Amino acid sequence: MSLRGRASKILNSTLALDILCIPVLFLLSFFIFYPFIRGLMISFTNWDGFSQTKDWIGLDNYGRMLADRNVGKIIGNTIIYAVGSTIFQNLLGLSFAVLLDKAIKGKNIARAIIYMPVMVSGLIMGYIWYFLFQEDGGAINEIIIALGKQTVRFLSSGKLTVMLITAVNVFQYCGMCMIIYLAGLQTIPKDYYEAAAIDGAKRTHIFRRITLPLLMPSITINVVLNLIGGLKLFDVIIAMTNGGPGYMTQSLSTMMYQTYFAAKDAGYAAAIGNFMFVVITIIGMSTLFTLRKREVEY
Amino acid sequence: MKRKNTVAKLLLILISLFYLIPFYVVICLAFKLQSDFSSKWQFPGYLFLQNFSRAWGSGHLANAFKNNIIIVVFSLALIIICGSICSYPLSRYKTRLNKFIYSLIIACTIVPGLTILVPLYQIMVNLHGTSTYWSVILLHLTFSMPLVVFLYTGFIGMIPRELDDAAVIDGLSRFGICFRIIMPLLIPITITVIIVCGVGIWNDYQFSLFFLQKPTMFTVTVQLSMFFQYNRNEINLVAAGCLISAVPLIALFIFLQKYFIKGLASGALKL
Repeated sequence: MSLRGRASKILNSTLALDILCIPVLFLLSFFIFYPFIRGLMISFTNWDGFSQTKDWIGLDNYGRMLADRNVGKIIGNTIIYAVGSTIFQNLLGLSFAVLLDKAIKGKNIARAIIYMPVMVSGLIMGYIWYFLFQEDGGAINEIIIALGKQTVRFLSSGKLTVMLITAVNVFQYCGMCMIIYLAGLQTIPKDYYEAAAIDGAKRTHIFRRITLPLLMPSITINVVLNLIGGLKLFDVIIAMTNGGPGYMTQSLSTMMYQTYFAAKDAGYAAAIGNFMFVVITIIGMSTLFTLRKREVEY
Repeated sequence: MKRKNTVAKLLLILISLFYLIPFYVVICLAFKLQSDFSSKWQFPGYLFLQNFSRAWGSGHLANAFKNNIIIVVFSLALIIICGSICSYPLSRYKTRLNKFIYSLIIACTIVPGLTILVPLYQIMVNLHGTSTYWSVILLHLTFSMPLVVFLYTGFIGMIPRELDDAAVIDGLSRFGICFRIIMPLLIPITITVIIVCGVGIWNDYQFSLFFLQKPTMFTVTVQLSMFFQYNRNEINLVAAGCLISAVPLIALFIFLQKYFIKGLASGALKL
């Protein structure tokens, strides 16, 4: 075989084609894998984020996290943000999708309206709800006063505020959930419903035995995406309360941001980041695998 | 049957009205005078436009919009190029190596950029990348790759292999097939990619907040958060700023609604 022929054969092999993957692999290595390892190293030091020197302090940062009483509260908040968002986004998203799957006039308009908040930045959505929930002259308190009741301190009352932030997150991303469920509903073959109707199955029965199992792929995507989204929730919290008052509405993400940029405690911030990484990976992966197992073929 | 639909219709109307409430309140506020103490629920009988001009001017929103457009356009261009070429071998030739590369990329979906913020920031400082366009563009590019590769490999998998075989007979190399045959067929999924990634990048707050700290480099969301901090008491002004920043994407969505919903739905189904 001539040299040219051999060269072109090598160039045409499947291995050579993998050159096309190099840009992506480079990006992931340099901006995800390498920083991850470097973050591990930083978390074992007392580095302040800008000076040249740092001391190796072993697991002290992680010990500090365990000892810090605020951290327990913050983890609790983070779980409420994640689990609360996931449950309500899916319940509402699925209900809206079932409603919109019917042949109703004007359903395209309703679908667009429900989806609209997805287009708005979480930060702006947070500000908009801030105007509504504000204690002093907020739109909702105005109604409460008109009804002759005491104003409610929506944005500074601990658990209630955490739940309200969760609700705003649900309000905003419900539309996304709904669209994914709608797409899933439309892939279910109509003959299944017809066959069930001929057999005289009840509506609730059809929903539980046909719709839900066949929707499993959509449920998997939605649950995993919403869980991760809730665990890393950041901009809505910053907009509505900035994590305050005190640590009351902080999540791990806002806490890490403030530890790094405000408290200049890079080692500790890196430790929080790594902790978050582990939590998100474990929760994300285990949910993914449990839900995937329940998906059926058809 | 007929009655059931009436109930559903009523429900939909109520839900839609509820979803419009926050938008309605912001619009009311944005057009009101600061000195107007009427109810937040009441639409002003006049249109006070100065809130908008003041928010636009003192919020430096023109510059922020420019920054946003530059970042979104370059990120999207790179996302489309890197994502599509990477997906072709991964989708067509399922060798052991390729399967490994694919799982590695997809596994990164779960890593939020936020968790590795400290080292990322450090790396960017060392590269003199803070407050530059390229740092944020590269980060957006990296963190959208898992989803984009996923969408492209799924789509390429549905293109019939016979097309490749015919091209081989015509004497095209594998690279030739990728660039001349497959690439032009990827337009529908590319629209999905543009919509999903474009909206995310335009609305991004975290990366822009961390990596663009020079005021001239602020994006719309960062600029708005600064504006909010300085004008906390002038709610009407902030509301106008919010409205200016949210309107472009909402308008885009209303005009291109069909493509948005269709693109998202088709993308989601392949997830």
